[in-house]
Amino acid sequence: MRSLSEIETAAKRASRAVGFSWGNSEEVGKSIRLLEMFGLQGIKTLNHYYKERETKNFEDLNLISEKNEPSSEAFCPIILGISFLDQIKLIENFDSIHFKKIAHPVIFLSFLSRASELSGKKIHFKFDQNEILLNLNVNISSNIFNQEFPKFANEIEIKFINNQDNFTASEWNSLYKLAENTFVEETDSLKQGAAGAGLTDND
Amino acid sequence: MRAAKTELGRSKPHRQASEIMKLGRMGSFHQNRLSFMRVLLRRATSENWTFERSLFDIDSQGVGQAIYTAKTGKSRYSLVAFANDLPPEKRSDRVIATEWDASFALFDGIPTPSDLARLRKNIPAQEAGRVTKKELSISRANRSVRLWDHVVNSLAAGDQPKLNLIEDVGYLMRTTAVYGSGKFGAADRETLLERPEFQGSFQVEMLTVYLIRTFVMDLVEHMAHAKAPETAVKLKPSLRRKFGIGNSTGLGMAPFIVNHPTLLNNWILSRETALKEIREIKIVENEDSELFIDCVKKSLTNITSWNTDSEYQQKKISLLLKNVEKFINYIENNFDFKTEYPFNEIYLWLEQNTCEECIEYIVSIMMEPYSNITNPLVGNMSSDEDKYFNIPTNRTVQELRDIIETRYPNILDINFDQKENHQNFWFISKNKEEPRLADRFEEHGSELEQPLAVARDIKKLYEKLLSEKNNSSIAEFLSLNSELRHVVRRAFIIEKFPYSEIQDNTISKNIVPIDMLRLKLSFFGALKFDPRSDKWLRICMFEGAPLPGELKNYDEQWVYKANN
Repeated sequence: MRSLSEIETAAKRASRAVGFSWGNSEEVGKSIRLLEMFGLQGIKTLNHYYKERETKNFEDLNLISEKNEPSSEAFCPIILGISFLDQIKLIENFDSIHFKKIAHPVIFLSFLSRASELSGKKIHFKFDQNEILLNLNVNISSNIFNQEFPKFANEIEIKFINNQDNFTASEWNSLYKLAENTFVEETDSLKQGAAGAGLTDND
Repeated sequence: MRAAKTELGRSKPHRQASEIMKLGRMGSFHQNRLSFMRVLLRRATSENWTFERSLFDIDSQGVGQAIYTAKTGKSRYSLVAFANDLPPEKRSDRVIATEWDASFALFDGIPTPSDLARLRKNIPAQEAGRVTKKELSISRANRSVRLWDHVVNSLAAGDQPKLNLIEDVGYLMRTTAVYGSGKFGAADRETLLERPEFQGSFQVEMLTVYLIRTFVMDLVEHMAHAKAPETAVKLKPSLRRKFGIGNSTGLGMAPFIVNHPTLLNNWILSRETALKEIREIKIVENEDSELFIDCVKKSLTNITSWNTDSEYQQKKISLLLKNVEKFINYIENNFDFKTEYPFNEIYLWLEQNTCEECIEYIVSIMMEPYSNITNPLVGNMSSDEDKYFNIPTNRTVQELRDIIETRYPNILDINFDQKENHQNFWFISKNKEEPRLADRFEEHGSELEQPLAVARDIKKLYEKLLSEKNNSSIAEFLSLNSELRHVVRRAFIIEKFPYSEIQDNTISKNIVPIDMLRLKLSFFGALKFDPRSDKWLRICMFEGAPLPGELKNYDEQWVYKANN
């Protein structure tokens, strides 16, 4: 089995070989390593993508807006991913971001996962019939299980999910009340002697 | 050691990175209490590690296998060794070699028979084989042609080998590579970080080499016995201790200090912090000053027994010896340790009166009396490098420009249009996947240059930034200048980590690559540096170190007494 360090290095060097700058290649290395760590097909997908690049011209999207559509071929998932990371402070305030046509979206997914960590927010990534929830680069949930990850995404929507409680105030109060059953009612003698300070704490 | 006394208000700054991070200065560093080899031995002692040889199945030709296990209390780590009868004409230190006198794996636990069978197939092939996450390191070693036969023959005849020959060489075998941290499929470093014994830098590699040393001693005694069972004797413990394990290091190690900036910073910052705190000691106890002086004097035999054919190194050694003798004269006749802040006075004297090599040599020895200062710093010498990978793209061009002007002042003065300033290029060789350095005006391949010319690229970045609007964001800048992304990242790293960058030109005509190797090897704990060229040097690890059975009660300053 290849180590993560080997995976990162090979992905980085291969990216440089196909023409990405060293700095961008470092980003690819990190992202592919992340995919493999999550059990997703990073190396396999990168291989396919780089073969396709020999005959197709994928579009680089350097400036992301709320609606993004390539003029001809699909967006390069690497430049798109790097741009997404770089512009995170701006775009996390968009209500939603739409893209059309991203090649090999699993590569873009790795950058989204890192973006989730950077922004401190979960990201909902929906493309075609597929939904993925990226959780601060800690885990990824999706409805794509035991399937080959799609090689192409036609209609893509991304939303940042503001952090909020998943429970109501009354649900909180109810559980907290239970938790209080582990506390001891203080008698006068406990109030006197069990704490560090006296009953009155002044100079 | 008692707590050192300091006085508030006499705080000394850390030494400037612009001074310390020059290649010539870094190439003058020496081992010290923070070195990884010494850290390992201290841990092994404090945690009562024990060592056991569970297998030694080697024939009279020196072919076979052996297992040595370190028991750390909770864990077991086994060196699995495969010994070979290598024809002399195949013996090479170069990484292009395909066979060695011995090959090793450090196994996580105790290998089963099927693990052993798998390792037997793969370890002698080294990187041509495959290892799994159960293997923490792989390594290989060759015999010293200068010393091996002499030791075998002496022991076989019932004699001990000659001390002067042992001291000349220092080792019976030298490793030509020790690979850990995920290389060739071995366990990634991240998977070991929950184990306290491996949180420090290179502890897997240090343990590997320490166990190899024990194996090599047993092997040489075994060969002597095989040669003459009636008369052969074992090595006397005092001589056994004299042997270290050599290492032959080429450029493979050089890019490491460029590729791991936050780690490099943390190593050097720990050293500089130790120096700073020692300089801040107002009153030095007699016990501490006496230990310091004793170590300096005893270390002279380390210098005088430092053998090398390299004219470059011989000059450095000669100058170091003269300067250390001058320093001893100063300490004995013109200096009073009762002075306030005596180590600060010493340091200032060194800067005025001695060469760089001597300054760093004495700085290392200054740490000897102060385990209370150095031990807490050991925990700061690793780094979660991924934490500092992302670029803060919301920052501005002005901020980046300011960082470069502050953190790379000397680099900006270099004129990279001059041929001699970009004469060389770093690349990876196709057949061995190892770093190389070549003249770009003489050799092909510079279009495949590795991103190790940081000084040149920082200058390029700076010049580009001069024509950008101050309040443009880094995100905007990078969208049009992706070829500079790798140095934009580095500039934001050096903002927080001042010692993260070599403040020198790594592609100049005059670069001496072994300066890069020496820096790293000094942190390993290497004692003597023997350059075989400007790109390759031999060192010795654990020479004079306590043997496994001696760890309970050993002299921490053994490094200065190895040749006494």
